[in-house]
Amino acid sequence: MTVNMTKGQAISLQKNDGGTLTAVRMGLGWQAAPRRGLFGSRTREIDLDASAVLFADKQPVDVVFFRHLVSDDGSVRHTGDNLVGGVGQGGDDEAILVDLARIPVHIDQIVFTVNSFTGQTFQEVQDAFCRLVDETNGQELARYTLAGGGQYTAQIMAKVHRAGPGWQMTALGTPANGRTFQDLMPAILPHL
Amino acid sequence: MTAELVRGQNHPLPQARLEIRVSAGKPIVAGATLSDENGKVQGVEWVAHPGSPTLPGLEVSKQAAADHRLAFDLDALTEAVHRVSVLLALPSGVGGPVQFGSVAAPFVAVTGLDGSEIASYTITGLDAEAAVVALELYRRQGAWKVRAVGQGYAGGLAELLADQGLVQAPQLAHDINEAVVQGLARSVAAPPPRPADGDRSRHAATSALGSDQGGPIPQGATSHVPPQAGYPEGPAQTDPSATTQPSMPGAGGPVNYSHPGRQAAAPPSPPPTAPPAQPGQPAQPVAGDATGWSMEERLYNQVWGMFEDLARTMAAYRSAVDFADSRMEQELDKVLSDPRSRIGGQADAARETARAKHSQLVDQARAALDRDLAQLSAESEVVEPALPPAFARWDSPVWQGYRVPMEIPMALRLGDLQLPESSGLSIPMLVRLPLERGLWIDSGRAGSLDGSLADSDELRRLAMDTAVAHAARLLAVYPAGEYTVHVIDPAGSGASALTPLVQTGVLHTPPAVGAAGVNDVLARLTQRVDLVQMAIRAGAADSLPPDLDTAEQLLIVNDFPHGFDDRAVTQLRYLADEGPAVGVHLMLVADREDAAAYGPLLDPLWRSLLRLTPVPDDHLADPWVGHAWTYEPSLVPPGSQVLQHVLTQVAAARRAWKR
Repeated sequence: MTVNMTKGQAISLQKNDGGTLTAVRMGLGWQAAPRRGLFGSRTREIDLDASAVLFADKQPVDVVFFRHLVSDDGSVRHTGDNLVGGVGQGGDDEAILVDLARIPVHIDQIVFTVNSFTGQTFQEVQDAFCRLVDETNGQELARYTLAGGGQYTAQIMAKVHRAGPGWQMTALGTPANGRTFQDLMPAILPHL
Repeated sequence: MTAELVRGQNHPLPQARLEIRVSAGKPIVAGATLSDENGKVQGVEWVAHPGSPTLPGLEVSKQAAADHRLAFDLDALTEAVHRVSVLLALPSGVGGPVQFGSVAAPFVAVTGLDGSEIASYTITGLDAEAAVVALELYRRQGAWKVRAVGQGYAGGLAELLADQGLVQAPQLAHDINEAVVQGLARSVAAPPPRPADGDRSRHAATSALGSDQGGPIPQGATSHVPPQAGYPEGPAQTDPSATTQPSMPGAGGPVNYSHPGRQAAAPPSPPPTAPPAQPGQPAQPVAGDATGWSMEERLYNQVWGMFEDLARTMAAYRSAVDFADSRMEQELDKVLSDPRSRIGGQADAARETARAKHSQLVDQARAALDRDLAQLSAESEVVEPALPPAFARWDSPVWQGYRVPMEIPMALRLGDLQLPESSGLSIPMLVRLPLERGLWIDSGRAGSLDGSLADSDELRRLAMDTAVAHAARLLAVYPAGEYTVHVIDPAGSGASALTPLVQTGVLHTPPAVGAAGVNDVLARLTQRVDLVQMAIRAGAADSLPPDLDTAEQLLIVNDFPHGFDDRAVTQLRYLADEGPAVGVHLMLVADREDAAAYGPLLDPLWRSLLRLTPVPDDHLADPWVGHAWTYEPSLVPPGSQVLQHVLTQVAAARRAWKR
């Protein structure tokens, strides 16, 4: 079951049985550029990157991306950089695993972003999507189709933030431009 | 089309030249008896067995194996023979199974020379039998047929042969077993079997002809090629050379896909599983609760897992506290710069709020840290007693039951690591063996945590004690004679600390003193590194001189650079750079200040060594977050005789092994 969220919609990460979510995964998948011959027609690889920025009181304190695969406290883990994409059939090519129970106490928001490192806009990328999955049961919490998403190279996808004892997720889906998460910082701050 | 026979069923044989393939899960003996029209075996010369594998018209394996190929040419049998019985037996006296009930059901197949199956039979329902007549081939009205028999004999070969009318049955059964036992022994010790010369030239000719002219008949199917024995199991399995032998190209056998250097890999025994957790509580920790192929590897991985967990949980705590501090500072600054707050109690209230927010966050962070520390401490309490000697503290009981090991451990404990917030919880510092870099025991004053140990003589003595404790541990965890320690003590200042090594006799040569001693030891080790490197580069490891000590070498240098001239310093740097790759390691006990005269020349040397301290010091960083960890060397508790106890055993084992 896919929950296609609308922009700005907030859902509480409470499970149906009342327990809160303990682990979520952000997945990002896209189709690799088609292979072409040798010289003169080099394949232009498409490299999309998933990042998670950890905020404490609106200040970024840690970030998990392809150069820093595990947050210092170990609660957020990137499974590794994919430089070319996959078959484009719905599997995650990059994933960020978040163990919500182990997030340090001062971190109150985590923002997930997608960037096109090689510079192609989402218009040019086939079958690109990003999604947020409940790791405990594999249920999709939110899904965005990036492909055909206009002349943008980045998207601020969603934020997961503390609400009472548990966590809540708000879908942002804001398009932006930038090569890495650093370029997105000004665009992220209004959403905090 | 294969006929799958059941017991008693028969099947015509379309051709006279046949193979019978046998496969069983364990090494078994395969043989054949010939009998006349009355069903009687006329004498021992009518039995084909491992001791006498060929008879006119048939050939069986020379040894016990899990798979056999028996070759038959029924036209070549003498007229008197009316029946051929194919028999299988379990070899006795080699420690294998003694009854067919405890092995997989044997499978026999009659095939043509091209490998096409004519008939097959799985011998089921066996129990206490030690020998069985699997099939019989018999003449019926001028043609040959095969019948599935499956008649077992609890009395073994002797009973089976006696049943076929052989008078000398007990004696022959004994001879067969002798031949099998010898064959098993041969299969362990002998060099890889070579095909007969005629075979080799024929294979060469075949390959020269090319596959299209070589004929469709597989090489192994011709009757005079020795049947390809399966790999002997049991005693042979433990010998790696046994698994390498069938890999020769042109041997006519199947391609052997097993790795030559790797032993048959049985899947590792499963790790201990933690008992199910009580609801609402974390699971009880268990020693060895990590991945790995052996308990040692699991414990190693578990210790590193604890190390990472502690580093990360501390990172969470510290970053939370840092954040709380900086936020409070900002809020206090804001209060101070706000003109409205200068009057009345507003400022105080604001300050109070800021402080409360701070302490609340710090308390939360501390609670999370305490929770994690409690869990790690509980884990440490079960892991620490389970550690093998190489990983254990010197005061651990495993050292009292110390035995000289047969295998090199995967890692070595150099000391303990602690963080200031986690006092009481220390993580073993394990480094992989063989050491990739030399060790530098810093006897200098600069590193010590508190200035209380200002006495440099005291520090030097402690440093030497530490070095001896590390060296003793290395000697103890290597198998007998596989670790050699050299000591250079130019001024003799380390003599008292070296007493345990000298007295127990684990050193080959007494500590070298004076400039001459320094040069002598360095020259010998340099030559060794040079020789081994040359041999490795040339791929000629077997051309090393026979008197070369193949053990790993450790050179302990006390008081560097006293007694070292420029040439000796250069040699030492050569050893530090090139030695670890060829098994020569360095342990420098030195104060960097003493070598100040060399200027920056020696900086690369110091950097290439792993710096350890004789007193607790926070100079080691973890690979994940980069906290500064307080290192404490693992020392022998004062007054303990464990070092003497262990080193005495090492020396005794070395004498016993004459190394």
